[in-house]
Amino acid sequence: MAIVHVQGLSRSFRVSEKDPGLAGTLRHFLRRKVRTVEAVRDLDFTIEPGEMVGFLGPNGAGKTTTLKMLSGLLHPSGGRVEVAGHVPAHRQAAFLRRITLVMGQKQQLIWDLPPLDSLRVNAAVYGLDDLEAARRIAELAEMLELGEELHRPVRKLSLGQRMKAELMAALLHRPEVLFLDEPTLGLDVNAQAAMRRFLADYNRRHGATVLLTSHYMADITALCPRVLLIHAGSLFHDGSLEQLTQRLAPRREVRLELADPMPGSAFSGYGEVESCSGRDVRLLVDRDRLTTVVGRLLADLPVLDLEVRDPPIEDIIGRLFRQGNTDQP
Amino acid sequence: MSQPLPSQPRLQRRFGRHRGFPAIASALRIARALFVSQYALMLEFRAEILLWALSGLMPLLMFSLWSGAPAGAAAGISPQAFARYFLAAFVVRQFTVVWVVYAFEEDNLLGRLSPLLLQPLPLVWRYAAAHLAEQATRLPFVVGMVALFFWAVPEAAWIPSPTRLLLALLAAHLGFWLNFLLQHAITMLCFWSERASALERFLFMPYLFLSGLLAPLDLYPEAVRRFALLTPFPSMLYLPAQLASGGPIDAVAGFRTVAVWLALLIPLNLVLWRAGVRRYAAMGG
Repeated sequence: MAIVHVQGLSRSFRVSEKDPGLAGTLRHFLRRKVRTVEAVRDLDFTIEPGEMVGFLGPNGAGKTTTLKMLSGLLHPSGGRVEVAGHVPAHRQAAFLRRITLVMGQKQQLIWDLPPLDSLRVNAAVYGLDDLEAARRIAELAEMLELGEELHRPVRKLSLGQRMKAELMAALLHRPEVLFLDEPTLGLDVNAQAAMRRFLADYNRRHGATVLLTSHYMADITALCPRVLLIHAGSLFHDGSLEQLTQRLAPRREVRLELADPMPGSAFSGYGEVESCSGRDVRLLVDRDRLTTVVGRLLADLPVLDLEVRDPPIEDIIGRLFRQGNTDQP
Repeated sequence: MSQPLPSQPRLQRRFGRHRGFPAIASALRIARALFVSQYALMLEFRAEILLWALSGLMPLLMFSLWSGAPAGAAAGISPQAFARYFLAAFVVRQFTVVWVVYAFEEDNLLGRLSPLLLQPLPLVWRYAAAHLAEQATRLPFVVGMVALFFWAVPEAAWIPSPTRLLLALLAAHLGFWLNFLLQHAITMLCFWSERASALERFLFMPYLFLSGLLAPLDLYPEAVRRFALLTPFPSMLYLPAQLASGGPIDAVAGFRTVAVWLALLIPLNLVLWRAGVRRYAAMGG
């Protein structure tokens, strides 16, 4: 049975708009111009217990709004949400004990005190006995490779250490459902990798369900077998990254290294020539013709090396967002 | 590089131990954890708190103004009684200062509310713990100020009777809660307006005039005094100050007024909190 159940979820906001300058200010004062923005439109999806799902979309697509509705911080304008058997908007204590929401740009740790002080408060709030709290802190500290940092004021920690400590605070009560909104934002490559290792490990150990948004595609590719892609508030894709790639990039890239240089026109019968410089050639070939084309290339041309690859997922999704081409096929 | 882990016994020492009835033990554990963390935080800002404590010198300034005025003698208040009243008012003021609206407003504007609202603990307890911790931090300064005052004005030195002292402590603490709940009710308006502290500043005027901060209410015209005693403001200063300084006071009527206002403010705060959280969730979190 699904642990996250979303049906027809919508959320709109009324925002006032003001033109710049004195005239705009006076007009704004006398008669407010208000328009309704649909942040999330008719979203449907379910997530099974223990799944790790990537939540993708450009800025302003409605990802954070959706996570806030799933965690009960925001009431939906329409539709139904159920998380761990609860309606999030009711904010029952039993529900709050089963979830967590980590927002990369917001913190719950007390800035001027060591993380252990905040953890101590959280342990008390979530009713953990002393032994259990100490055990969980030790476990999380080990997984996140935190030690003496827990005794240093939060303000003295690096961004990566602070984010790890934030995760400790958010996971101390061992929630079943994790909503993670850009948890690796601003971290360096090593810290991002450590965070990914931790999340995968946590999911394995505790069977937690994870819904993760990230601008770093490496987070999604490393952690999430399934992705939800939303654009302009609507769900565009629900499936694996491979399926998304096939859907958005129906052609694959064939890279050739030739024994002798050849003109680009020599490849027009095989596919679209993406680039041709000397002995290196890049072709785009329809997926359904790929096997045939590769066989012909090897048979017809002096090929030293051949590589078939998908275009980078960042490029594919980036192109989609730039084009705004989200019509359902 | 892997860092040395805090040892489990060390963590257990920091987390302490608890026995007793589960619900009470849990509530006490939360209260203790909140207080200890907030006290640690306040000690980080002890210099700032010293300045805040010194900024509450107004009752002592009022004493210097009133000590030579004939109005006190006309009302039958001796210079010694004036001195004791204003010293008591200074002490009471130190332990009834409330700033929840400013803390909440800042948390709201800086986006710190969301993570806290996701915890199964109403925010009010965090702010209350912060206030109580701040009072504990002020305590040594206040003791020092009282000693200094007794040294400077030895004829005003006195020790209240145990009954009066206990009643004064109780009244001061209830006065704090009354002030806290009144300001917390205004704080809840932050869910509707980002600048609810403006209303709090507006309330400072009646507080200044009606609490007894400027002068003992006995010096006010009878009609004004009677009106003042119906408001919550004298309970925040005049009642505990009079009890501590040994001045004439109808303690029963005073505590009755406190009880009435608490009975009004507690449900009002609950209603405003629930409506405020609904509003927060409706407007965008």
